[in-house]
Amino acid sequence: MGLALLVVIWLITLISTYFFVAKTWWLPTGAAAAAGFIDGQFALTYVIMGVVFLAAQLGLGYIAWRYREQASSPPSDYSHGNTKLELVWTVLTAVLFIGLNLMGSRVWASQRFEPAEAGAVQVEVTGMQFAWYFRYPGPDGKYGATSPKLMDPSAGGEAAIGLSSSDPAAKDDVVTGTMYLPVNREVDLSLRAVDVIHSFFVPSFRFKQDAVPGLNIHMHIKPTAIGDYEIACAELCGLGHYKMHGMVHVVSQEDFDKWLAAREAEKQ
Amino acid sequence: MVAQDAHAHSAPQGFIRKYIFSLDHKVIGIQYFFLALTAVFVGMFLSVLMRIHMIWPAASLPLVGEIKPETYLSLLTMHGTIMVFFVLTTAPQGGFGNYILPIQIGAPDMAFPVLNMLSFWTTFVGFVVILAAFFVTGGAPLHGWTGYPPLSALQSAGPGEGLGADLWITSIAVFCVASLMGALNFITTTLDLRAKGMTLMRLPLTVWSWFITAILGLLAFGVLLSAGILLLLDRNLGTSFYVPLVIVNGQVMGHKGGSPLLWQHLFWFFGHPEVYIAILPGMGVASQILSTFSRKPIFGYKAMVYAMLSIGFFGFMVWGHHMFMSGMSPYSAFAFSILTMCIGVPSAIKTFNWLGTMLKGRIRFHTPMLYAIGFVSLFVSGGLSGPFLAQPVLDIPLHDTYFVVGHFHLIMGVAAIFGIFAATYYWFPKMFGRMMNETWGRVHFFITLAGTYAIFMPMHYLGMAGQTRRYSEFTQVAYQAKLVPLQTFMTYAAIITITAQFIFVINLFWSMFKGPKASDNPWEATTLEWTTTTPPPHDNFGGVTPVVYHGPYEYGVPGAPRDFVMQTDPATVSTH
Repeated sequence: MGLALLVVIWLITLISTYFFVAKTWWLPTGAAAAAGFIDGQFALTYVIMGVVFLAAQLGLGYIAWRYREQASSPPSDYSHGNTKLELVWTVLTAVLFIGLNLMGSRVWASQRFEPAEAGAVQVEVTGMQFAWYFRYPGPDGKYGATSPKLMDPSAGGEAAIGLSSSDPAAKDDVVTGTMYLPVNREVDLSLRAVDVIHSFFVPSFRFKQDAVPGLNIHMHIKPTAIGDYEIACAELCGLGHYKMHGMVHVVSQEDFDKWLAAREAEKQ
Repeated sequence: MVAQDAHAHSAPQGFIRKYIFSLDHKVIGIQYFFLALTAVFVGMFLSVLMRIHMIWPAASLPLVGEIKPETYLSLLTMHGTIMVFFVLTTAPQGGFGNYILPIQIGAPDMAFPVLNMLSFWTTFVGFVVILAAFFVTGGAPLHGWTGYPPLSALQSAGPGEGLGADLWITSIAVFCVASLMGALNFITTTLDLRAKGMTLMRLPLTVWSWFITAILGLLAFGVLLSAGILLLLDRNLGTSFYVPLVIVNGQVMGHKGGSPLLWQHLFWFFGHPEVYIAILPGMGVASQILSTFSRKPIFGYKAMVYAMLSIGFFGFMVWGHHMFMSGMSPYSAFAFSILTMCIGVPSAIKTFNWLGTMLKGRIRFHTPMLYAIGFVSLFVSGGLSGPFLAQPVLDIPLHDTYFVVGHFHLIMGVAAIFGIFAATYYWFPKMFGRMMNETWGRVHFFITLAGTYAIFMPMHYLGMAGQTRRYSEFTQVAYQAKLVPLQTFMTYAAIITITAQFIFVINLFWSMFKGPKASDNPWEATTLEWTTTTPPPHDNFGGVTPVVYHGPYEYGVPGAPRDFVMQTDPATVSTH
């Protein structure tokens, strides 16, 4: 029975580890400035936890088999523990865990405690059951007023977020259902939700943030590779949660300007 | 210690007082056990429907027909709620705690037998209320077991958010009341009814775990109860505790100024300690069984006690790690994440000590021992994904993905369930007077161990690849559609593992009536429940009050006549 246990635990451990090491399934290729650090920290944490995982599981299987009761087994060791070992183990774990944690703090702080760079592209993201809307403030750099009374989700676009036509600042606002961003420029995101909580998740950007009714949350990201990336809603928002899907198109600055100018022209 | 006869009651006559509205902690423990067994089968049935729907969204299933996206969300809400409250909280604490704790401390019953009966029947009412949610107009709620408002607070936010959601939150509130009564009873019993010589540092680790769990329950369920009442008010009386001005389907709702984050704080102030409410009794059982079947004292008894106490203490200061992405102040993430890492330290100590207990022992592989070893394996696997999620920067890609689902299922789901299985195989002889079948116990163990890893380990891979949780199908997002083959594998694994649970149920009921008769101490264990007859008499020790001379895990004592010294053995052999 000890041998069976050893074999099963070792097999489970080695198979599980194989798929991690082979990276059969892994984080998608990073396409934003934060991805480099996050992936590095992920890999470091993975190596440390992987070593502990292997040591603990292989050890468990081995000990179970090695100390199985047999006729020839010596009497069990009458020991109540070892305080010195206990202390070493405690201090090691504490240093390791807290050290890992402190390492990650810098990136968290730079993303969240500091405002976006001056001259960042401004985009407002609005979540509602079950769509994302993106608003660009236009040449005046100001978002126009919106009003709950004007909101008409079935109409889509400007009407969905209730953009007020009487506000001069609203005249040049562009509202779209697909997100366009210029590459290598900081983006100042402002996240809102109108009905329930949604979560704006772009796996390739290593970006996720809840959009909460009543809050306007500012975040900044910097896409670093031209391409098309998927947006998935990550907070349960109702029956259409699974299809609350969107796209981010990261394009060159030139293409971005062209795209925005075309949207402005459509509005006139 | 109070006089023990103050609360003693004579053995009841008649079927109803003996088996239905019983005051006997042993009967109540078995009632809790069967309630949890019923609940776990309901919860498992829901999970298999979910797994089938994810892979074959258009399939029509027996009993339920075609599953719509909203039906899927109702299934996951009810699966989570039923499993967390009526299985993981009910079986280890209400079931085994109730049956075993008074006997292990040498008491004739719980401190408040009437309160004990009330807490069981209140739990039962809670279970009936939650099941009722399936049958009302609109069906069960779709807001997930965490019930985040505004989704959970607005009737128009989706199907199931009408009467179904009211029943859901009412059931949780009723459950909270029951748990508060139970917690008071456990705490009082442990503090006041210990036999002579049963000092705190001679308590079996199971008793410590139930005692600490009860303290956590007392502090946590009160908060959830209040939070639930506020949610009911928001839903039905137009208050705005959790709901700001929102527009649903183009309609402006009547709420103003509430905070969705307030619910999350209150919910997780309960929700995180709840994880430990589910797992601490499992830790106690694993410690007890590993020591017994390794024929060796537990490694670092005091360290185990202090580790459990500090897990309980830190458990109340880490709730914000569920909220790194919620819009909560990013500064507080620092505090919550450091404190979360701190909780990993006592958990690591426990693992180390379990391995230390087995080292240089003489290990006997009875089914309870297999499950205790399985518990350690799952506790390690589920625990090691914690330090990923506890780092806010790594939580960015992983939050609300299958990585989290895999993490908590391994640690608070399956590890806790392994604790329950270990306890069942271990105490079954004492509770029912017969032995369970060992061969089928082993078959059940190996299928369940391999099966649970096959279901939950791939979830980590899915989560890294960005598979978001609570999606009823994976057809709408291109990168997720590529992950369906792995999901399919997990569905097959789930079907096999769930089928294997019938081996357990058949073994349980067959052995209850046909199993070989058990002796008073079939495992050659040391704690007080093994000193009394099998099953124990109404007052547990047949009129005798036990006196304790030894610690709980005295195995392999040099110079002792047997390889174990029972807690009540006379003080002629020196132990420490």
